[in-house]
Amino acid sequence: MVSFILIIIASLLFTGFLVKTKSMLSGRKGPGILQPMKDIIRLWRKGSVYSKTTSAIFRIAPTIYFSSVVMAILMVPHGERSGIISFEGDFVMFAYLLAFGKFMMIISALDTGSSFEGMGASREALFSMLVEPAFFLVMGSLALFTGNTSFSGIFETLHYETNISYMLGAMAAVIFVLIAMIENSRMPVDDPKTHLELTMIHEVMILDNSGFDLGTIMYTSNLRFAMYGALISNFFIGVLPLYISVPLFFAVQLLFAVTAGIIESFTARFRMSHNPQYILILTSVSILMFFGVLLMQGRF
Amino acid sequence: MESFLILVVNLLAVTAMLLFPFFKTRGRGIITISVITLQSLLSILLAILVFSNGAFEYTLPGSFVTGEINIRIDQLSAWFMLIISFSFITGGWYGLQYMKHYKSETSAITLHAVAFITVFTSLIDICIIRNSFVFLIFWELMALSSFILIIFDHTKRDTLKAGINFLIQSHISILFLTAGFIWMKIRTGTFDFDAIATFTSTQPAAIGTGLFVILFIGFAIKAGFVPFHTWLPLAHPAAPAHISGVMSGVIIKAGIYGILRMLLLIKADMVTAGYFIVSISAISGLYGVMLAIVQHNLKKLLAYHSIENIGIIGIGIGVGCLGVGYHNQVVAFFGFAGALLHTLNHSLFKSLLFYSAGNIYQAIHSMNIESMGGLMKKMPRSAWLFLVGSVAICGLPPFNGFVSEFLIYSGLFKGMVSGNFLSSIFMLFTALSLVLIGGLAILCFTKAFGIVFLGQSREDHSFDSDPEKSSRIIPMSFIALAIVIIGVMPALLMPALNQCAGLYQEGLIPVDATGIINAQETGTIDSAIGTISGIGWYSLIFIAVTALIFLIRHLLVSKREQRTDITWGCGYTGDSSRMQYTASSFVRTYRKLAGGVLDVKREKKEAEGLYPTDLEQHTHPGDTLERWLIEKPVISVRKFLNRFLFLQNGNIQAYILYGLIFIALTILIPLLSENIESFINLLKNL
Repeated sequence: MVSFILIIIASLLFTGFLVKTKSMLSGRKGPGILQPMKDIIRLWRKGSVYSKTTSAIFRIAPTIYFSSVVMAILMVPHGERSGIISFEGDFVMFAYLLAFGKFMMIISALDTGSSFEGMGASREALFSMLVEPAFFLVMGSLALFTGNTSFSGIFETLHYETNISYMLGAMAAVIFVLIAMIENSRMPVDDPKTHLELTMIHEVMILDNSGFDLGTIMYTSNLRFAMYGALISNFFIGVLPLYISVPLFFAVQLLFAVTAGIIESFTARFRMSHNPQYILILTSVSILMFFGVLLMQGRF
Repeated sequence: MESFLILVVNLLAVTAMLLFPFFKTRGRGIITISVITLQSLLSILLAILVFSNGAFEYTLPGSFVTGEINIRIDQLSAWFMLIISFSFITGGWYGLQYMKHYKSETSAITLHAVAFITVFTSLIDICIIRNSFVFLIFWELMALSSFILIIFDHTKRDTLKAGINFLIQSHISILFLTAGFIWMKIRTGTFDFDAIATFTSTQPAAIGTGLFVILFIGFAIKAGFVPFHTWLPLAHPAAPAHISGVMSGVIIKAGIYGILRMLLLIKADMVTAGYFIVSISAISGLYGVMLAIVQHNLKKLLAYHSIENIGIIGIGIGVGCLGVGYHNQVVAFFGFAGALLHTLNHSLFKSLLFYSAGNIYQAIHSMNIESMGGLMKKMPRSAWLFLVGSVAICGLPPFNGFVSEFLIYSGLFKGMVSGNFLSSIFMLFTALSLVLIGGLAILCFTKAFGIVFLGQSREDHSFDSDPEKSSRIIPMSFIALAIVIIGVMPALLMPALNQCAGLYQEGLIPVDATGIINAQETGTIDSAIGTISGIGWYSLIFIAVTALIFLIRHLLVSKREQRTDITWGCGYTGDSSRMQYTASSFVRTYRKLAGGVLDVKREKKEAEGLYPTDLEQHTHPGDTLERWLIEKPVISVRKFLNRFLFLQNGNIQAYILYGLIFIALTILIPLLSENIESFINLLKNL
């Protein structure tokens, strides 16, 4: 329950901090912290325009996408305080729920019959397929390290005893930051600020969404950032009491938003054909992490 | 009671065939469907009896060739009888409607009906017979009648070719099975299955493992494990839709049944067997889905997915074996229960997908994905059912595919957490291949569903609205209902699955902390079952949350202004149906990435002149393994055999001479061998 409330609060502010960082780094004052959320609320109040080509899929997809992320957030723990839903192997369901939301978004993009949106859908399907192994490798390594197969079990017993295990936590955090950047279609895989349909991924998939649905999709994106931020913060919270862990949670979220802003400001987007190679690097780093765990446990 | 039921099931089949001559086509259809329904209901009753009362057996006298024929229905048989019966009920009812298009072809339809009943009856008998000789007879009967089912559309060249390919490969499978069973007959002196168990338990494990590998290859050809899969992508598109559904749903599962049965009988080294099965299955799963993505023929795409799903089932079986081999009950439970549940699940969603594909075929008379599009508006019921099937086959919650994949994942992670170095690494990479299979399946089915049903039509077809009739949609809806029920209430099936998986754990002593997979760290089977029932609840919560958000959205949005307009096309407002993304372009990046594994031939017509008119590009997805393992060796063998072509000179006198030489040799060789032997002995004595 704690983590659910914290993630909702973080999701309201996350993009604001990200945009603020980017503005400041490019020498502008930038919009207020709450501006992205205000935009979304305005969208929620608007009417919609639907394409003639679309079917019911197009109308239900954003809602299912949103509910799948909400459902996934219910599983995220806050240190030793497990999420609202917690069971052995919950991270498998976590990943598959997110995949279901994505499935619906991909087919909703194809529903418009636009070649741009088809292009975005194709890229989204391929890249998210390539990211998935890294997530499972990290979770698998942590499961092996702690001997648990649920989120709360893993994060509860993730003690840092030796220097190498600090490395492990840092490595997992780095991998999760990169996974979150890819999953949310940010730099260096996708540029949310680009104006050319041909070079977009996520933005081009939602070209035809408008009004309430568009607002929902944008808010879902914020929720996903906050969700990954919460997972990253869990690498450091462990069994700390609430009065330390809550500030720590927000500190990690802020750091994550600022890092994402810095990455976005100082990197250029990759050529589309280079993206798969970049994403596969993540998998190999995660394999390194797995071998690190095996070494630490003396199983060789 | 039970023996009486079995007798009735078999007699019903015979009665139906005896009745056929007295009726016209319509009457024959009614007889077939009522017999199949009755047989299926009886088999389901039988299976339920076994699950509630325990295994059941009796002995038939048999003949002097076969010896006594043992009939035994245990939980494993019962589980497969349930799957087979359900698939055949829905398949039969759907097939009845599907076949209305071919009403005029009386003889072909009658043969088809006879073969349909024969396949069902022989499949049920395969599950219960414990005598290898009779088992092989029914196996052959099943293969032959499946062949007849596949070549229903026998006027097409491709259909016949696919059918013959199936016939040959089925018989290679039977060859392996015969070899294995004859070996056992020679060693034990009886055809009885139980003799195999007693024999292999007294021999070194290597003999058991060797026997298992021989029989595994035989069954793997039927099941479609890579590299024995090559008949599958040919046979499925050739067969009528309900046959493809039934074939993918249950006929190839006869191979899975065989493997599972042999694992119970043969006392092989379970660890080696586990590693062997998992490796071959992970390759099958990945290879199947990788090739599925680039297919343009919808039914061929689904056929490659059967290979993928057989791979997932195989991973489950292998994990179960490792659990048994390492004496860990929970891992064994997760593995076998996952494999068995996935067998059921796959039979459900794959037949649903094939029936939807059949509807599409009869509506637009094409299976080429590139020519479809926008079918969601023309045939919404088939489209929604196809969507349910696609989401389920990708293993996404809240449908049934997720439950079985979750079982296998749990087995893998439990085994990994508490295993040794080798098993940890092995299980992690198996889990990774399962993850990749899932991701690739999503790529494949977003392509299939998106290109076929969504957007606008890419070509003008004559559209036939017949397939959207309720008579077809009803049997399909039953399957969809089963998919959802298993997804949200897996607890219903858990007792049955626990009984089946329990068969493998007989005599399994949980080893304490010294064991290779630590039993204490993995919990108990009861807690495992609790987790699985939890999954169902969480899926239900997910559905509830989604419904709630829909309600909120509806309340907020319904009063607002809503307009329809054309899709954004960067300002272009003309007809854009030809500008849509195609299936090939959707998977282009993937195709480039996976280039080495795929064997895609491209033909391109370049643009010519100032105003080029027709530009064409054709891609022909081939099968790399088929080319290297079957086509190339066959060509070289044929080259070698061509050297003896001079013997076949068409001269009757010469052929009589060959015959005489053959007879003379068969008589002379035994005679001469004695002489040669005595001559050698003479030399030795010197």
